Amino acid sequence: MAGTNGTIISVNKVRKSYYRDTIEIPVLNNISINVPEGEFLALMGPSGSGKTTLLNLIAGIDRPDEGEVVVGGVNIAALSESELSKWRARHVGFVFQFYNLLPVLTAYENVELPLLLTNLSKKEKHEHVEFALKLVGLSDRMYNKPGQLSGGQEQRVAIARAVVTDPTILVADEPTGDLDKVSAAEIMELLDRLNKEYKKTIVMVTHDPRAAEKAHTVRHLEKGELT
Amino acid sequence: MFRIVIKNALRHVLRSSLTILGIAIAVIAFCLLRTVVTVWYSGIEVSAANRLITRQAVSFIFPLPYAYRDQIGRVDGVEQVSFANWFGGTYIDKKQFFARLAVDHETFFDVYPEFLISPEELQAFKRERNACVVGEDLVKRYGFKIGDIIQIEGDIFPGQWQFVVRGVYKPREPAIDPSNFLFRWDYLDERLRQDSPTRAGYVGWYIVKTKDAAATAQVSQNIDNLFANSRAETKTETERQFQQGFIAAFSAVIDAMNFISFVIIGIIMLVLGNTMIMSSRERTREYAVLKTIGFSGRQLLIMIAGESLLIAALGGLLGLLATFPSITFFQALMPKGFFPVFFIEPITIVLAVTAAILVGVVAAIFPVHRTLRTKIVEGLRFIG
Repeated sequence: MAGTNGTIISVNKVRKSYYRDTIEIPVLNNISINVPEGEFLALMGPSGSGKTTLLNLIAGIDRPDEGEVVVGGVNIAALSESELSKWRARHVGFVFQFYNLLPVLTAYENVELPLLLTNLSKKEKHEHVEFALKLVGLSDRMYNKPGQLSGGQEQRVAIARAVVTDPTILVADEPTGDLDKVSAAEIMELLDRLNKEYKKTIVMVTHDPRAAEKAHTVRHLEKGELT
Repeated sequence: MFRIVIKNALRHVLRSSLTILGIAIAVIAFCLLRTVVTVWYSGIEVSAANRLITRQAVSFIFPLPYAYRDQIGRVDGVEQVSFANWFGGTYIDKKQFFARLAVDHETFFDVYPEFLISPEELQAFKRERNACVVGEDLVKRYGFKIGDIIQIEGDIFPGQWQFVVRGVYKPREPAIDPSNFLFRWDYLDERLRQDSPTRAGYVGWYIVKTKDAAATAQVSQNIDNLFANSRAETKTETERQFQQGFIAAFSAVIDAMNFISFVIIGIIMLVLGNTMIMSSRERTREYAVLKTIGFSGRQLLIMIAGESLLIAALGGLLGLLATFPSITFFQALMPKGFFPVFFIEPITIVLAVTAAILVGVVAAIFPVHRTLRTKIVEGLRFIG
């Protein structure tokens, strides 16, 4: 999947603004960054610095006003909405700060969600889900609903959902932001393992310096610019 | 995907149950109103195209001379002439309502082939002057059987009248009144000649069977021309027009019922629409997560519309199942014989099912539109 020189993510001269009524609020200003395959990158910075926006652009859930975002050799800014949906399903795993599990589904069903978009057989889906839940250490809780799990367990289910399709990159937005210290450490251990053992490229936004310690590279954003 | 639809529909059990119940009640109300409207029009629907009704031109309540019968019979295009007379009267008490008619025993069942009677019973009816034929509904209601004596107290034609049951007719189709009480006009006329001679020799209206259904307009004109400027001018119209004339008196009420039946559907559409909008608003973030994972707009549409359709279908099904006992209950509440024919037409069921599906589809439009329009980043930031 990697592009030239082993780069899997290439953000080139990207600008992004938001609008409040007619007032333009610049968020990213001429950002460029390359992420090699297998990297564990942490993006840090104060609130409003644009780190989540940059993460969203890399993940293909938002589009830049200018510049290009190339992931695995594909300029995702040029894809149509439906192409982008398919691309995300295949190449990106998401971990959110507030887990964002569907409360009516069990852990198993939540992890199975991305597989509903694939052509895998029922047996294959079952094997994938079981593997992902085993990976995050929740094989014994697969039939519990999110309301029956702790915050740390919910986040582990969310990670299992993110990796169940074996995506090209894993993006995590404040994955420890809603967790206590012990649970946060467990989640960071898990992400570290995914990076080291399974060679997952991870881009993580965090405020937490302890979480950032696990990353290979830490980049800071300040007023829409990388420092 | 269907599993998610079901789980979403059952997420708020009380809310979904109340919505399903609301749809069910709306379907019952819709079917009930449509059935009442159908029943009002059932007489028109079964009107024969080749039957004319000749009545007094001034008003239906005035009789026509019996002598007109042969003259009408000679009009070009007329195949057969029969006649009938409204009798009224009281059987047991005033609450026991059914049509009591004095008819021409020789021709009545010829011009009304939809009243099915066995040849033996018809012959018995023709043999005995005070014989009567009752509809099968009266047999069910009062337990009449062949040979029973029925006593009716006259009001339009005063006195005690006794009839002997010699036949039971069955309607050929559900829309035909199964509760008529038919007796011989000559029995009535005979008594009138003795008790009230000035009232004898008259019939209520003539039923004219034409040779050609396409020629009814000309035949009607010819009959009325025949009696123009006489002391009892006639008005001849098709059976359908004649029935419509009766219904016209209630047309405003029927139109209102018709209108209300569709208003009910509109209201329930808003109720389900509101439920779906609330649900989709609460799930804004979840839908954004699904989009993030890779679910397409089409898949979200199936998810939301599927939930809406599932709720509407459950409500519609429950409503239909409850409609049949509700109709029976409603009929039981009405005075006996108020609606001689009361049945749910298949088209009413089709309309109710269509309405339930339509409600499900329409209620999903706004939530689907809102969900598809909301950008992922906005949805993920949404705080419900």
